[in-house]
Amino acid sequence: MIFIIARQNLFYDKVRFMVTVTGVTFAVVLITVQAGLFIGFTDTISGVIDHSGADVWVSSRGVKNFDIAMPLNERLLYQIKSVPGVLSAGKYLVQFANWKKPDGGQESVELLGFETPPGLGRQWNVVEGKEDSLDFEDAIIMDQIYKEKLGVKGLGQEVEINGKRARVVAFTSGIRSFTTSPYVFARFKTARKISTYAQNEVTYILAKAKPGLSPGELKNRIIGRVEHVDVFTNEEFSSKTRRYWMLSTGAGAALLVAAFLGLIVGMVVVAQTLYATTMDHLSEFATLKAMGAENRYIFRILIIQAVLSAAIGYLIGMLISLVIVKAGEASEAAILLPGSLIFMMFFLTQIMCIAGSFISINKVTRLDPGLVFKGR
Amino acid sequence: MSTHHPLLIQIDRVEKTYGQPPNEVHALQDISLKVHPGEIVILMGPSGSGKTTLLSLIGCIIRPSAGEIRISGENIGPMTQAELGHVRLKHIGFIFQEYNLFSTLTAIQNVMVALDIRKVESTASRRIAMDALTSVGISNLHNAYPAKMSGGQKQRLAIARAIASKPDILLADEPTAALDAENGRNIMELLQRLTSGGRRAAVVVTHDPRISPYADRIIRIEDGRTDQSDPDSPIPTFGKAGKEDS
Repeated sequence: MIFIIARQNLFYDKVRFMVTVTGVTFAVVLITVQAGLFIGFTDTISGVIDHSGADVWVSSRGVKNFDIAMPLNERLLYQIKSVPGVLSAGKYLVQFANWKKPDGGQESVELLGFETPPGLGRQWNVVEGKEDSLDFEDAIIMDQIYKEKLGVKGLGQEVEINGKRARVVAFTSGIRSFTTSPYVFARFKTARKISTYAQNEVTYILAKAKPGLSPGELKNRIIGRVEHVDVFTNEEFSSKTRRYWMLSTGAGAALLVAAFLGLIVGMVVVAQTLYATTMDHLSEFATLKAMGAENRYIFRILIIQAVLSAAIGYLIGMLISLVIVKAGEASEAAILLPGSLIFMMFFLTQIMCIAGSFISINKVTRLDPGLVFKGR
Repeated sequence: MSTHHPLLIQIDRVEKTYGQPPNEVHALQDISLKVHPGEIVILMGPSGSGKTTLLSLIGCIIRPSAGEIRISGENIGPMTQAELGHVRLKHIGFIFQEYNLFSTLTAIQNVMVALDIRKVESTASRRIAMDALTSVGISNLHNAYPAKMSGGQKQRLAIARAIASKPDILLADEPTAALDAENGRNIMELLQRLTSGGRRAAVVVTHDPRISPYADRIIRIEDGRTDQSDPDSPIPTFGKAGKEDS
């Protein structure tokens, strides 16, 4: 009977029920999309590091993130190669550059140059063209998402970066850049030629440990032998970069605040509509109490109303969120919706709605069953 | 009146005061009353006289400030709210002036709620609820919503809900106030029938003099006091309408 009372209370006034579900749906979409953007940005920020295949990154002192770092002298490469436990090491170049579009406009790109071998920090997920075409002089690879932004129509197109000629030989898929400057992959030699770096400068040295040696141990060995540099394991550098962009710049905080606001809005809408429903049925709840029903009997009615509102709002909200994620696949902003987020959102929605029912529960707890008598 | 049965309601020198000195209000003073199984006792009095307060005390919704109230032998004075609720569940069925039905539930569901709070299993609950609707003559309306029922039918449904759990005591607050004369008579005849078995009693608060003939006793309340010194006294002035002494 509790379920029937809850269901009937909820569905009886269809307009109010729609308002409740709309509120929950809105909150679910807002929280899911913001959280998906947060995860997507986080994934994007450290994407190159996470796919680099390196165990250790060596940088200039005081580097705060992957994208902005002072150059190192390339002779460090040979010192690092001589550290016991290093399987392979390679030079890596990261620098923002000016891309001239065919229509005369300009865009900023982030040039990434890697050495092969060892190929640490190279592109991944090539969907058009051949990776080994990078061996050609001036060859570059970019992501297909940015074709329109950079004015690229297809493979083989010649482009101008920092006033130097380059040619697009392959496209990747899903490699987005958080800084809004698309990544452009090239062999180290090509990248250095395009960049403003001097002939002996590199941004990072990437190293791979021999089997059996942990990244942390290799890092300590490099620190012991190479001076005036910062050394990070791949995981540390990934985390440092994510923290920098998401927390230090406020970008992540903005997303989290928006998600939190979604949670608050959802809670307030549910609280308000459940409270209005409770007030409509106050004499019925007083009657239940007069008849001898315990408070928890009525609490269960209110909580089931909240749970039902949450479940329906969640289903609709998640469907809308999936549509938004699908629509955003081709956009520059990645919205990732992992299974764990979908799962977690269900419980978060339930918690939000149950918390929203607490005002009604408080009202009913204080409800005087004597209200049932007209003379009082 | 069957004085050999145990008392269902025993009220001894009860007082009810609201507020703190010097602004306290004495809603009831020195009230004593005994109600036996099979009786219909009517409480009459002007507005503000204290009759609803007395009904709330008998209904275990509030506790007395002084004196003792026993419901089916249980002293409710020292009870917690939860224990009072338990006494209501076990012994009391309520009938209200405005029916207080669940507008979103059908007739049978309204009755089943009263059984559900007593943890009666669903199949049994449906059967008992149907029996209760039959006994008040509206079994044909079991799937109807209150909004589709007349005032008399709603009050019958409220009575079905009140009797479904087979309480010892029925407490009715102005049960005929919202009804026309014929429906008022029908409801009182129904209450009379439901108490005629000699096991159940009814206490009815009313302004309606038309229902006086159905009372075993009429207690008049004014300014928080009753008009009779003997809590067990029979009514000398009103005859009973078609009910044999149980």
